[in-house]
Amino acid sequence: MSELKTSTVEVNGFPCRVWTKGNGPTLGFLAGLGGLPRWLPFLDRLAEQRTVIAPSLPGYPGATGHTELDTHLDWVLAVRQLIDKSGLAGADLLGASVGGAFAAEMAAIFPAHVRKLCLIAPFGLFDDKEPAADPWAQRRDNLPGLMCADGAKWTALVAPPDGANSVEWPIEMTRASEAAARAFWPLGNTRLQKRLGLIAAPTLILWGERDAVLPPAYAKKFAAGINGSTKVQTVADAGHLAYLDQPDAVARAVLAHFA
Amino acid sequence: MKLMWFHLMPYTELPDDFNKKHPSVWVDIHSSLFDPRRAHHMYNDFMDELEYAAECGFDAVCVNEHHSNGYGLMPSPNLIASSLARRTTDTALCVMGNSLALYNPPTRVAEEFAMIDCISGGRLIAGFPVGSPMDTCYAYGQNPSSLRERYYEAHDLVKKAWTEKETFAFSGRFNQQRYVNIWPRPIQNDPHPPIWIPGGGSIETWRWCAEMDYVYCYLSYYGYKAGLTTMQGFWNEMAKLGKDRNPYRAGFLQFVGVAESRQQALDLYSEPAEYFYGRCLHVDPRFALPPGYTTEATQRAGIEGMMTKAANLANPSTKAALKATNMKDIVDGGYVLIGSPDEVVEQVRHVGTSLNVGHLMLLLQYGNMSKDVTKYNTRLFAEKVIPKVMDLFSDWEDKWWPKPMAKGQRAAVPAFSPQLAAE
Repeated sequence: MSELKTSTVEVNGFPCRVWTKGNGPTLGFLAGLGGLPRWLPFLDRLAEQRTVIAPSLPGYPGATGHTELDTHLDWVLAVRQLIDKSGLAGADLLGASVGGAFAAEMAAIFPAHVRKLCLIAPFGLFDDKEPAADPWAQRRDNLPGLMCADGAKWTALVAPPDGANSVEWPIEMTRASEAAARAFWPLGNTRLQKRLGLIAAPTLILWGERDAVLPPAYAKKFAAGINGSTKVQTVADAGHLAYLDQPDAVARAVLAHFA
Repeated sequence: MKLMWFHLMPYTELPDDFNKKHPSVWVDIHSSLFDPRRAHHMYNDFMDELEYAAECGFDAVCVNEHHSNGYGLMPSPNLIASSLARRTTDTALCVMGNSLALYNPPTRVAEEFAMIDCISGGRLIAGFPVGSPMDTCYAYGQNPSSLRERYYEAHDLVKKAWTEKETFAFSGRFNQQRYVNIWPRPIQNDPHPPIWIPGGGSIETWRWCAEMDYVYCYLSYYGYKAGLTTMQGFWNEMAKLGKDRNPYRAGFLQFVGVAESRQQALDLYSEPAEYFYGRCLHVDPRFALPPGYTTEATQRAGIEGMMTKAANLANPSTKAALKATNMKDIVDGGYVLIGSPDEVVEQVRHVGTSLNVGHLMLLLQYGNMSKDVTKYNTRLFAEKVIPKVMDLFSDWEDKWWPKPMAKGQRAAVPAFSPQLAAE
């Protein structure tokens, strides 16, 4: 397996970090809430078989420029530029949580850009009979348990690494939350429902069975709306960010789908 | 100095076990706690109190905007202000204010404020708050990441709507209108009604107020001791920007309870003060900090400690957990000024001079204070305190006060006489 490479691309004149690791056919990853403040064991599992390219969406760790994006169209076009500039056009695309909503948009609006699609508990829909939780109105202590079945996994994701700037690190973590809010406030509903029918790519939908943010029942709504072949799989002992809770199980499912 | 009488309009009958049984006074406070028939009396009492304050000779009466809030029953302060415009004659009407980003289109604010200014003969002070996280982001669903940009754009639009003589098109980032041409237009048109900005302790807001020549108001519930650092920061920034120390550049909120003696004041005002600081500021901390509401510059300053606690002070919910809820600590902390008239005179003069604020906004009703006690507090302050503090800052000109029509030119408002109407 190759070493982790860091590069930067510009979207609307703002830098976005792109992480690349592994060998084999390209696989793009758009991360969920919190983004990628650090490289993950989950991505190492994927990189054993694939060249993993993980671009940071505007405002998430390693990237800025979210404050220029005022409408959903602005966001979709920013993600499209990011996909193109990081060499992911036409590749398999994996997106989780907030990143999942944008992965679905790419497959719907730019079908030639996505070979196969995998969504892990994607944002984008809201059902008032089964309302999603509000990730931006949580007491500090409750947040880890909301994000992961094992809250310690979230805490480890956002903990400052040795040598991190003690002023800038917490601001960067808040910025990631702001970027998510900017695109998905207040309900997470981007009216993606209207565009699911445009998705023709074969799609795997993964959902942590203990997702406390988005009810696992939303998986069926995605499967019913998507036009291409779909498969739904729940992940045992996993919460909203299932790839943090169960990196091996999620990586196995993803690799099998993209094989 | 100007003495202004401010009403929050708190719901006065939150149950004794409110804090135990309910997570928050704001945003998701339960509807079962609201009795509209009791609120009928509360609103009428509160409006009586505001009118009484005007009769007693306060320079202004002040109202403000809150949403889904058990201590602030004015989603629309403009409704109250329009009534006050008819039931008062010379008192300034300070609407503190309309949260600009919540109005679609924002020209609604330009129109309603112009109506109040016309009805009142030019007595309006136009307050433009960004609005608290609870009001704007949670109760009204505004995006915290774009709230300030929307606020500034709405401000530009409202100001242009007031001052531009021709119908114009506005092509903004968030607002597009082909025909902006408000009717009515404000009486105060040289160039527009005075604009006051209630804000937290951010340097950006101070600089903006200085640049625009607006009054900056620090509306903390925690009194002059806690407010000192913020106001010092404000004046230091004014000095850096080359602005004078005219105390009328600033406004400050202060709770007061005056009685014949300090002991009598404690007897009268402990219950309503403890009701306010206990129940009314019981805000669920999950509604404190929507991401993006606080600018990165302010976050950075807060983390670096350069601004001490100024940014956090603006946030009642994070403070409530730390702050006093019993009368001794409330008084010791300076949240509420307590005492005999002479003791209050001394404290008010100290607040004015130490903070250098020319516009003192007084909360003389708070919590579950009854109308009788409120009127007593108001009358005693007007009769025994105002005459001994009004001379403060008399060598400065208040350039930010309303300029109404001359008295002889204003409409005579007939006395209200429902008995006659019924005959």
